[in-house]
Amino acid sequence: MKGDKLYVFLFLTPAFVITGIFLYYPFVDNILQSFYKTDGFFNSTFIGLDNYVRLWSDEIAREALFNSLELMLYVTIFQVGIALVLAIMVNAITKGAGFYRTTFFFPIVISGAAIGLLFTLIYNYRNGLLNEILVNLGLERVLWLTEQSSLYMVAIPTIWNYVGFYFVILLTAIQKIPNDFYEAAALEGITGVQKMFKLTIPLIVSDLKTCIVLAITGTLKIFELVYIITRGGPGSSSEVLGTYMYQKAFEDTAMGYGATIAVVIVVLGLSLAFITNKLLQKEEVTY
Amino acid sequence: MHSYTEDRLTFWERFQERYFTQSKIGKIFIYVILTLWSMTTIFPLAWVFLNSFKESREIITDTFKMPTDPTMQNYVNAFETVNIGKSYMNSFIISGSVVLLVLFIGGLAAFAMARMQFKLRGVLQALLIASLLIPAFATIVPVYRMMIQMDLVNTYLALIIPHTAGNLPFAILVISGYMATIPKELEEASVMDGCGRFKMFTRVFLPISLPSFATVGIFVFLWSYNDLFSSLVLVSHESVAPIVVLLSNVSSQYGTDYGLMTAAIAMTVIPVLIFYLVAQKTFEKGATSGAVKG
Repeated sequence: MKGDKLYVFLFLTPAFVITGIFLYYPFVDNILQSFYKTDGFFNSTFIGLDNYVRLWSDEIAREALFNSLELMLYVTIFQVGIALVLAIMVNAITKGAGFYRTTFFFPIVISGAAIGLLFTLIYNYRNGLLNEILVNLGLERVLWLTEQSSLYMVAIPTIWNYVGFYFVILLTAIQKIPNDFYEAAALEGITGVQKMFKLTIPLIVSDLKTCIVLAITGTLKIFELVYIITRGGPGSSSEVLGTYMYQKAFEDTAMGYGATIAVVIVVLGLSLAFITNKLLQKEEVTY
Repeated sequence: MHSYTEDRLTFWERFQERYFTQSKIGKIFIYVILTLWSMTTIFPLAWVFLNSFKESREIITDTFKMPTDPTMQNYVNAFETVNIGKSYMNSFIISGSVVLLVLFIGGLAAFAMARMQFKLRGVLQALLIASLLIPAFATIVPVYRMMIQMDLVNTYLALIIPHTAGNLPFAILVISGYMATIPKELEEASVMDGCGRFKMFTRVFLPISLPSFATVGIFVFLWSYNDLFSSLVLVSHESVAPIVVLLSNVSSQYGTDYGLMTAAIAMTVIPVLIFYLVAQKTFEKGATSGAVKG
């Protein structure tokens, strides 16, 4: 259309000015900050790669990294796994499917802070939900948050929180599979449970792949639940990269070091997403 | 030959009918598993709601019983001791402004991206997609420093601006994706009627694309309302703190006042849950299309 140039400019400018100043510039500046020793205000010294060297030998950071990776493993397997089982089951029933869809999905809309507080109450030693159930069954109270268990105890609400999300994606995918495929399979003589593994799952493999990539990158963003339920403790047994970054940058005012951890989170997320994509690429089936 | 109703079922559905649905044991098994999982989502919240109407002492002694003498005291405490009303208002002012700004600025940009031809279109689109991968961690340090320099820390704007910037790429992509499917004839007809580009946006494209605006609006609201990380950094002062920051403080300062904690959880969750039950479809669409957001 004639005179569009002006409108393109007028319509796009506000959006790109705001994202430019408050999203893209900070993203680049964060990378630069990771080369400085800075408290964010007065003191700022260029130290080259020292932050990265320090990070390499920082034992808490290493623990946070391994905890994040361990969480990633549980979260990916159980979130996507449980979601897949639930999706196949809900697709198999007629009555009550809507009810299950509603109840499975709703934890997604609740804030991590509220879920964190809810699970604090559930795990509480004196009168938490779990210990009250045990006492009612005539058993002893259990200390739920210990150094050995704390990581599992934050993995559980994380998984619980997001199963519904992957459930909706996978259920939608299963319901879209065209009829012809099953008819063709029947002619080939593929029957029974075989069909689920040879047809349904291969046919939704691209959606499964999306879910796995999302679960992996999503785990790196975990902050709320850990911050509220355990604050990374006891010790640093449930510290993850997100909480450690917050602690360094904003509680210990080591902003440069915090920026360095943030860079690592981004790089880790991108490379894991890339690797997962590559690994799963071969199995892709389209219809 | 198949009967009409049988024909309408997909093969998968007929297969399931035979092997799961029609065998009684399989069916019972499926319902048991599904019901167990839905118990895990309903039971904890029901427990919190019930206990929020009991005194702290009763929560300890009779945690699973119905409240014998229902009290609103915990809710009164929530308003009086931790001023939850103020946090509510802060949350709605901040997240409401973010939604309006994102929809207005993002809507205009989406219109240009979807319906106008210009050189940088491809580049900008790639940039928008790439920016979905930027997590809040990766921008917070510089954003915090900028807010300090502009003297905005602990004002509403300190959170409104970065939330708006963070949500714009997602909004532009989703809305422009929707606008791109609108037939060219409508655009031509509105030109014939003498509409300029701006009028074309407000009179034709905005009303037709409302469903995508609703999806984006709901998701952006949720994301902003639920974001604890940036809120702790930028608006942690009591006078501007949103409700998630209050929850975090309650957990560390009033950790033994179970009544107050249950009431605070209930009050944070209830408005969102009601909203969800009313507009469930839009919620599901919003959350799944926002899947890749950082």
